[in-house]
Amino acid sequence: MKNYILIILLLNFLTASAQTATESLRSSGKIYVVVGVIIIIFSIIVLYLLRLDRKITRLEKNQE
Amino acid sequence: MKKIPNLWYKLLSILIVAYVLVYGLLINLPTDVGILDETIRNLFYHVPMWFGMVLILLAAWINSIMYLNNGDSKRDVYASELTNTGILMGFCGLFTGMFWAYNTWGTPWTNDPKLNGVAAGMAMYGGYWLLQKSVVDQQKRARLSAVYNVFVFPLFVALIYIMPKVAKFSIHPGSGESVNFRAYNQTNNMELVFYPAVIGWTLLFVWIAELRTRTVILKRKKENEKLYSDHLVA
Repeated sequence: MKNYILIILLLNFLTASAQTATESLRSSGKIYVVVGVIIIIFSIIVLYLLRLDRKITRLEKNQE
Repeated sequence: MKKIPNLWYKLLSILIVAYVLVYGLLINLPTDVGILDETIRNLFYHVPMWFGMVLILLAAWINSIMYLNNGDSKRDVYASELTNTGILMGFCGLFTGMFWAYNTWGTPWTNDPKLNGVAAGMAMYGGYWLLQKSVVDQQKRARLSAVYNVFVFPLFVALIYIMPKVAKFSIHPGSGESVNFRAYNQTNNMELVFYPAVIGWTLLFVWIAELRTRTVILKRKKENEKLYSDHLVA
């Protein structure tokens, strides 16, 4: 019985410490909104770079 | 999509940076890091800017030496555009660092050996940029800036890595007596994002440098063609 209580206490402690680590950012779940915004900005930058690369490649082809 | 040259490393950089952007925010990190708190995640965004800058400037330095060896004007273009991209990355690191410092130390600029070293180093690369703008003759400009670059890069590394390291006091992590981020890494998972971050951001800026280089080469070809046709007419 004593061991049983000890294990429960230990589990309790572990989950509690895991919670404090994640709490500050993800408790509200809104961090995903920030991640989404960052991904949108990044994908626009990437598309812009790809388009630029294609344009320069076309210019290079024309010059040959 | 098939038309783009060296597509593999560009796609790789996109994948890695996307991973860093997402996982760097979601990963569990130690929260008991004093005034840093959650801003410790800036390790994945601010620090790779400086690492990448030094790698790109190293590549530019090697190209400058190669130019002085064989006089191939392609090497000159590589060196100067890699340097310009390195400076761009340095500014990214500088402004993110100032923003981070303002929110951590309470002021955007402290009289810290690391920060002062960077300021002096950026001024030296400002000199490189001025040199490129002020000499009109292409060959003279190439030789002058190559020689300048050969001297500047070792000095720059000394100013931003070695001087702060041997300084007595610094509040910037990883210099002087202050701890680096390894000391905060109790969860042992910061490397999972940090090393990919260095590789991904560097590759992304190498891509930008490649675009700049190809544009300059195109421009030069066009100028040479014009010179040639003018010559024919005359």
